[in-house]
Amino acid sequence: MSEMLAPRAPTDWKTQAMQRRIRRRYAAERRFRLLGLAAIVMSAGFLAFLLATMLAGGLRGFTRTEIALPVDFPRAAMIVDPAIVAEGGDAADRALANAGLPQVTRDAAVKAFGTGADRWLSDGAWLSVRAAIKADPSLLSKRATIDVPAATDIDSAAKGDPSPAADAALFKLRAANAVHTGFNVSFLKEADATDPTVVGIWGALKGSLLTMLVTLMLAFPIGVFAALYLEEYAPRNRWTDLIEVSINNLAAVPSIIFGLLGLAVFLNMMHLPRSAPIVGGLTLALMTMPVIVIAGRNAIKSVPPSIRDAALGIGASPIQVVFHHVLPLALPGILTGTIIGMARALGETAPLLMIGMRAFIATPPAGLTDPATVLPVQIFLWSDEVSHGFIEKTSAAIIVLLVVLLAMNGLAIYLRNRFETRW
Amino acid sequence: MTDASPSPIKMAARDVSVFYGAKRALNDVSIDIDMDHVTAFIGPSGCGKSTFLRTLNRMNDTIPSARVDGTITLDGEDIYAPAMDVVQLRARVGMVFQKPNPFPKSIYENVAYGPRIHGLAASKAQLDATVEDALGKAGLWGEVKDRLSDSGTALSGGQQQRLCIARAIAVDPEVILMDEPCSALDPIATAKIEELIHELKGRYAIVIVTHNMQQAARVSQRTAFFHLGTLVEYGPTPDIFTNPREDRTKDYITGRYG
Repeated sequence: MSEMLAPRAPTDWKTQAMQRRIRRRYAAERRFRLLGLAAIVMSAGFLAFLLATMLAGGLRGFTRTEIALPVDFPRAAMIVDPAIVAEGGDAADRALANAGLPQVTRDAAVKAFGTGADRWLSDGAWLSVRAAIKADPSLLSKRATIDVPAATDIDSAAKGDPSPAADAALFKLRAANAVHTGFNVSFLKEADATDPTVVGIWGALKGSLLTMLVTLMLAFPIGVFAALYLEEYAPRNRWTDLIEVSINNLAAVPSIIFGLLGLAVFLNMMHLPRSAPIVGGLTLALMTMPVIVIAGRNAIKSVPPSIRDAALGIGASPIQVVFHHVLPLALPGILTGTIIGMARALGETAPLLMIGMRAFIATPPAGLTDPATVLPVQIFLWSDEVSHGFIEKTSAAIIVLLVVLLAMNGLAIYLRNRFETRW
Repeated sequence: MTDASPSPIKMAARDVSVFYGAKRALNDVSIDIDMDHVTAFIGPSGCGKSTFLRTLNRMNDTIPSARVDGTITLDGEDIYAPAMDVVQLRARVGMVFQKPNPFPKSIYENVAYGPRIHGLAASKAQLDATVEDALGKAGLWGEVKDRLSDSGTALSGGQQQRLCIARAIAVDPEVILMDEPCSALDPIATAKIEELIHELKGRYAIVIVTHNMQQAARVSQRTAFFHLGTLVEYGPTPDIFTNPREDRTKDYITGRYG
């Protein structure tokens, strides 16, 4: 055998060909690093662009221009009994609803700032007047100055987006020292409205939180137990293979299909309330559960078998092995998968459109069965509005959604680091 | 394969065969494990010695395709009988694995886990005493007594293996099975484990699987030679190494194959 091979000459590492090969190797390495760097820079650039445009457009959505409107209640053309209002409750609400406050507000504007000034106010300005009266019924017997939201074009002009008519009005208002732009607290407290100056995000945010709560309460335990059963207990046969394939397929099903399923099962068959967070949560749980099962199975699989052997070897029962050793070690991975699934569910629009969560809902939901909408649907609805003022509100809503998502991801990283153990 | 041993027989296997699906991994093995001696299983890779070791505490149950024929008794009780509780069996027949596998928990928790799940300690003080006793028997107490709350995985390989032995001892087993306990350790750590096996001899029936024939000669008094799924020869260790009856044993001992 050894006769077949001629003795090899010692390798010369300094030849031209050798040097060229080495140079090519280094060049390939440099190219690869540059490409990687370029990819990172590009994605960072896109992210920066997204954040910058969102912040530029959206931060304005968090502010509002208000006009200090003097109202002389005793002389106003309104019929309301101060005693009933002072009592509060439903009677006060009914009395104020019939008092003709929109007209009173418009009259006050004309009286204070001249003809045509009623158009400077937001259509929802009278709501501020009503709120002020409810907070302090004694206003009805005196002259008071109430901050009311300005109309959209005045608001835009005050934020540096001029139009001739609005500029003139703004000039007059500034002369009377009756206008200021400040942080819009009511945007964080109110729900949807027809007028962009009085809309709020709280209704959609609360709807999202309630929906996510239902999704988490259902998808997390079911997903984790399904993953544990499939990994630790289920026999390997044709049925478990079938279940595994089904779960993998379920995770890849377009979300609108889940919406149709929710519509057919939860609304048409089970007659649950339309547009309610509970139905939204159930539908999104169907969508999130397969993601948690897959992430959970991978996390459970990555627990080294030696740990299972060790526990079994000193006489732990299978359920003790699972709950004392496997689950704690798999938990960081399961939590990461869960948060990714939840983040996807939080940003989901299509299935919720199918179950009626795209309705116009002007009060925040009080419970799981109240009509509600969610953040992405609210963004979709506002982006569809004609009124100019909704543009910045849409961006502001996107910022709120991104903040919630970032908070969720931050929580995921915190939980992962907290529970992470090395073996 | 009868052996005129005065020592009481702890475990007895009769005609034990193991199948993985259709493949027969072990053929009709009969062997007695006695209380006062260390028994070594030697043989080339894939000869079935680890498979047989794992039948002694039913660790093969975790492999779905594995099937065991024949009888194995512990103190005369059939361990494959339906009445035998496998959880209790594994507490009575402890196991130390090839690769040190401490739990990713503190040293204390590693040792205390077994007594805790079996309810062997009535109070915290008693549990503390059990942990100290087990670590002491494993020759680890002096090295770790000041850092019981440190992670068990932060110890060196040899210390981890002794921690695993302490973990097995803590549930007060009658038999300890060791599956190549030194194959992942350096010579110094190996020497410590061998020393430990000497000290534990007599208190527990010890069965050790090893690839290292010098180790078998050093630590055991009984040696069983396995080849291709059959038990070729079983007898006092000096006889096996100096005067084997079977040619196959002689060939393996002298390094002809394996």
